[in-house]
Parts: sequence; structure tokens; C-alpha cells
Amino acid sequence: MINAIGREIPDAIDNYGAVKPFDGAFSTLPDMQRKAPAVKTIRPGQSKLINGLEEAFLRIPVKDGMTLSFHHHLRNGDAVVNEVLATAAKLGIKNLKVALSSVFPIHAPMVEHFKSGVVTGLDTNYMSGPVADAVSRGALAQPVILRSHGGRARAVECGQLKVDVAFIAAPAADKCGNLNGVSGPAACGSLGYAFPDAEYAEHVVAVTDHLEPYPLSPISIEQTRVDYVVKIDKIGDPKGIVSGTTRITKDPVQLKIADMAAKVIKAAGLIREGFSFQTGAGGASLAVAHYVRQMMKSADVTGSFVLGGITGHLVSMLEEGLFKKIIDVQGFDLDAVRSITSNPDHLEVSASFYANPYNLGCAVNQLDCVILGATEIDTDFNVNVVTGSNGVIMGGSGGHCDAAAGAGITIVVANLLRARLPIIMDRVLTATTPGETIDVLVTERGIAVNPRRAELRAQLEAAGLPVMDITELKAIAEKMAGVPKSIPLGDKVVAVVEYRDGTVLDVVRQVM
Amino acid sequence: MTIRRSMLFIPGNNPGMLQNGGVFGADSVILDLEDAVAPTEKDAARRLVSMALIHADFGKSEKVVRINPLDCNGSVDIAAIVPCRPDAILLPKAQTAAEIRDVAAQIAAAEAEGQEPVKIIALIETPRGLANALEIAEAHPRVVGLALGAEDYTAGLGATRSKEGGEILTARMLLVNAASAAGIDVIDTPFTDAADDEGVAEDSVLARKLGFKGKLAINPRQVDVIHEAFSPSSKEIGWAERVIEALAQAEAQGSGVCSVDGKMVDAPIANRARRTLEVAKILGLKMGDK
Repeated sequence: MINAIGREIPDAIDNYGAVKPFDGAFSTLPDMQRKAPAVKTIRPGQSKLINGLEEAFLRIPVKDGMTLSFHHHLRNGDAVVNEVLATAAKLGIKNLKVALSSVFPIHAPMVEHFKSGVVTGLDTNYMSGPVADAVSRGALAQPVILRSHGGRARAVECGQLKVDVAFIAAPAADKCGNLNGVSGPAACGSLGYAFPDAEYAEHVVAVTDHLEPYPLSPISIEQTRVDYVVKIDKIGDPKGIVSGTTRITKDPVQLKIADMAAKVIKAAGLIREGFSFQTGAGGASLAVAHYVRQMMKSADVTGSFVLGGITGHLVSMLEEGLFKKIIDVQGFDLDAVRSITSNPDHLEVSASFYANPYNLGCAVNQLDCVILGATEIDTDFNVNVVTGSNGVIMGGSGGHCDAAAGAGITIVVANLLRARLPIIMDRVLTATTPGETIDVLVTERGIAVNPRRAELRAQLEAAGLPVMDITELKAIAEKMAGVPKSIPLGDKVVAVVEYRDGTVLDVVRQVM
Repeated sequence: MTIRRSMLFIPGNNPGMLQNGGVFGADSVILDLEDAVAPTEKDAARRLVSMALIHADFGKSEKVVRINPLDCNGSVDIAAIVPCRPDAILLPKAQTAAEIRDVAAQIAAAEAEGQEPVKIIALIETPRGLANALEIAEAHPRVVGLALGAEDYTAGLGATRSKEGGEILTARMLLVNAASAAGIDVIDTPFTDAADDEGVAEDSVLARKLGFKGKLAINPRQVDVIHEAFSPSSKEIGWAERVIEALAQAEAQGSGVCSVDGKMVDAPIANRARRTLEVAKILGLKMGDK
């Protein structure tokens, strides 16, 4: 069938089931109950501290076919996923589904667990590295479900992603299972992505390398939902936890793009009292924050909040008084950790609070503006952030489609040519954020505005910005680089790209 | 009139930068075959810059190529580059009028029939070149500008280069004077700390006050800052409009003299006002508050 953004998708997919097609960003309404786990109790004097992951597996007990969930706040420094899966392999458990909010290169050992049948299912919001490579080449029989951060929270809370055991990497814990991410050797800041898992999993195992005396403070995840506390030697490597992309780019083309994106924000009239925005950490995104900071200073305005993945740059904007609050679902560097620990205006929130479309208010809906990247964008403004030009999975929505849906103005910043390839095409290889939620594309050679936003286009033109039709920009790129040939792909569906509401935007097919 | 507020160096051996050289909005781009290119890369860079001139889109930017000095294969550069139709050649380490005439003759020999004449901008970066600045400026009609290269120049003096630039004040003024006498453009030395946004802004404002028409840029992020310093402000545009209006009124009343803001408008003032308005018009700036 063809969904609302013109993507040809199967009616049903093996090992996935019937496909509910994407029908518009806000068209599909919830028709389910929240899925609460069983009620449990604990007697006075009963201890949760157990000796190692193996004991946790045996006590629960973890069985073939279960879904184990993990959060990704330790990013490419995470040791917990690998240790838990190694334990499963040792105990001869098969056919597990891993629900890990993002998969990084450090999770490479999972590929062996695919081969041995320990892991046969994967549910994630982002993946890069050897696991993504293996999935793209068809290593799993059942398709991976690719969600957004908000979509994952929705799926956990509404029962589409039923978690049997949540293994929560906890930089700090006490013996009763109170957890936070702000102290200990693997401090990572916010634990926001683990909150829904802690609330809705049948069993919750806290995995820590840093036990503090009872009661821990501050408490991010409460003891009331934690079955067991396991201390291991090391939950993560701080070097991999701190993201490497939190410095402002020096690439002059990306700086130019960032400068223009900031001018778009200004021309749209957003540099005003109460301004709120979100920007990522990498590439041009952080540089946009740098230019916005200068504009806010010279206009002498105070913003209401910044949201999303938090970097030192955003922290210093809070500390300078340019913004009143930070809403933090994930910290990217040690400045973010320091700030969330010490500043009451730096709020730790759950993935559901951040971006879940099926609750009574997620923070992305309060955004004036979000700055996002794109691997590809088509002339309908549909964005691909999942597959590269060779068809291999190299990322994921994360909060991309969530913030795009919520924000007043969604700006995509991207080089018009990536290496030798135009980023604008008639049809993106994989549609992962619907064009109706993308308002502006900023490239180094010009700005395109979604025809749905004629008033915004007029504002940008009035400000003297180089606005053109997206087809004109595409022609400029193709004049320099030509039109790329489409790549041949296999038939097998290796991943299903779900929109935040659980409908299907697109599928990823196996690379040859 | 060609406006050269910013002249941005683009390394001639960097395909990515050559492809994107036009996106930064610099009034001129200088595709560099000299200092940015290692000796072993010279031939490759010459080919690359030739192809970039033919195929890349530099937008509204004037296309200038910095060749190597004549004693370092500069003639090979001229023969290869000129047929690819650059707007101008930037000659480094220009020292004498004879050298300029030599370059002009080589350019003429390399030009295709009907080709728009390729201009020359002389980069003055030696004590001798500075001493000969006026002769160089007037050596040939192709010479449209002098530019200062203060790093080499101060090295030649044995002086220490400073951020404040006291050691190059004389060089700056001599160059401005020579170029003005010859009626051509004069472009200031680059500010070499690309990370110091405030420094380049201050240095640009100073250069404009001293009479420079623009500034060399070694990093794209300097372009906007330089433009801000070298573009007429709305106050200046407003003043120029009032001058021209007062002159027109005086003429209508049959009087040869007039004054604006209590100051007499003489020929140099009138010329300055006209140039300000012309620049503002070319740049598409809003007219000011009278």
C-alpha cells in the first residue's frame, strides 16, 4: 500500500505483523490503555543487592524469547549491554529481543549474538557501527523496529513494546535501588530515556559500579520500581560517554549554514522574550546555538528554555541568563552533568515528557524552533536520517521526527553537497521524518521554505535571505554533482521505520 | 565600479574549498597558488584552479588568482590561468614597475581574442615594493589595486608584528596615499587570527578609517565582519543623501556653495558623498535617515 507521504510499504511484514500506514503527523489517535506491569511487594529486611548479573538472570528468571531493555545514556562508553548479553549467552538463553534506545559501535559484540541466536530481535531509535551494518545486510530474520525517542516511550507505556526486564545502567545507586546519573565514575547526567522502562517493565535490574549509602540523593529513578541491584566493576568508559561532537565546528561551510539558520530564526521574529529552542550537538547545529547566543545578547532578550541533548554550550547560555531553564533528557558532556547536579533550573525529564505524542503534553510541543540535520531531503521535504547513500543504516530518528512535529518552526541544516552527492532528491531513500513537519531547509547556497509556510517564506524574503524553491536548490546541486544513480536493494525488509505514533513511515530493505 | 570590501583567500589545492568558494559572499575570492600550496603541489593546484575557474560557480564574487612570483614559475601560472578567464591576477611580492609591465605583457599574450582584459592587483609585501608603490600603481592601466601583505613586510623590516599594528602604520598610510594618487583601490593586510572575531572587527574599522577600501581575508568567517566595517552605515548614507540634496538645491538657486551640518561642502566632500551613495546602491543597502 501507499501511505500518506507516498511511500510504498507492505500490508504486512513477516515477524512484524500488519502494517498501520502513516496517515499524517497528527491524524492517528490513541485507542488503547496504558499497560501497567504486575504489582509486587517486598518485606522489611529483604535485600535487593545480589551477586552479579547471572544471579539476576536466575532469580527473575530470564527465559528464551524475552525482551530486555536498555537505555543509551552511556553512549559509546556503555559496558552494560555487552555484559548482560554475554551473561545471556553463557546461560544458553536464545531468541531475546533487545530494546536499546540507541545502538553504538561499542555494541559490536551483539553481532555474534545475532549469529548464535541469543538475540533475534532489535528495537531501537538510532544505530550506527557494526550492528547497524549487520542488520542492513540481513543478519536478523525479523525486522528491526526503528522508533523515535518519543515513539519508544509511547510504545513502552502503551504496551506495543512490552519489556520483560529493564537493565538500567546506573552511574550511582543505593542498596534499595534509588538511582541517578550524576555521580560515580560513569556519571552521564540525565537518565531520561530509562524512565519509561523503569515504570513499565515487568522486572527492573539496576546495574551500577558506584553504590552510595542509603538514601541516595538526588533520586532520578525510585526504589519503588527496582527489583534488584547488581554491582559490577565498570558500567562504562567515561571517554565514550562524553560525546565527541560537542565542539563548535570550524568548517567554514557549516559555519555559513549555521549563520544563515540563525538569521532565519531572527527573520521569523523568534529572537524575543520567552524564546525556546532545541539543537543537536553535532555539525552545524551547535554553531547555530553560538550565533543565536550572540543575537539574544545584542537584542537583550531572555529565552524560556532549551531542550534535548544538552551540551556545555547550552549550559553556559543558562548560566549567562540567556535562558531561564534547561529541559534535559540527555547530557552530552561533563558541563551538562555538573549543571544538572547543581542548578535547580536544569530539569531532568523522561523520554515521555520530552517527546511522547500519546500523553497530555510533551516538551517538544512548547518549542518555538528546532534545528535538525538530514542525510537526505526530498522535494516534498521528507527527511532521511536513517540510511546513507549506500543504503546502509547509519543513524536513526532519535528525537528528530518528535521535535520536528512539536516545534513552531523546524529548520533542517545540511550541506547542499555531501562529499560528491546532492542531498536534495526527488525521493529520499528512506523517509524518516515527514515533510509536513519540516519548514525550512538551510544550505550553504540558499534556503528553501516548505510551501505550507508561505507566511514564513515572505518573512525570510523580507529579511533579504536567499530564499528559493527546493527544486531550484536541487538543480544547483545537480549542476555541480550530477544526478546520483539509484542503488539496487534486495526485497527483504530489514527495518521498519515507525513514526512516533506507531504508524509506518517506511521500510529499510537489505543492501546487496 | 568593482567593490572589494573583502578579498577571501581560497587554497588552490583544496577542491572542497574551491567548490564552495562562492558561498561566503566575499566581494572577491583569491584562488591561491602561492603561499597556501606546497612546492610539490604547485602543478596540481594550477590544474585545479584552472578547472575551478571554468566549472565552479563563484556567484557574485570577483575571481582573482594569486600566482607565484615571476622568479618562482609565475609565468607558467599566467600562461595557464589567464585563458581560464579570471577577473584579475594578484601578483605577490610586487617590487618594481618594470615587473608589473612584464606581467601585463605576459597576460596580454595569454589572453584569448575578445577576452575581457585580466586586471592586476599588486601585493606589496617588501620594503622595496612599498618604496615603489606609486610607480607600481601607475605602471600599467591593468593595475586596479594595491594590497598590503604585512607579515612578509614586517619580516623584511626586521620589525615585530603586533595585533595593534603600530609597526605597519607608515606602510598602511604610504600605500593608501599611493593608491589614492593613482586613483585605484587599496586593500588592507589580512588579520591572521581567524578565531579572534573582535580583533578582525577592530582592525577592519581602523583600516577603513585610514582610507582602505577593503581587507584581505584568510578565513570565510571574517567576511561578514569585514563587510560590516567597510559598508556605509545608514548614518553615512543619510549624510551623503543630505549632501547631494544640498548641492542640488544650491545649484537650483544659482549658488555654487552650500553647507551640511554647519560644514561647507567642497569638491572632495561631494565626491565622498557620491561614492558612498554609489557603493550603497551597488550593495543594495537601504537609504538612510536624512
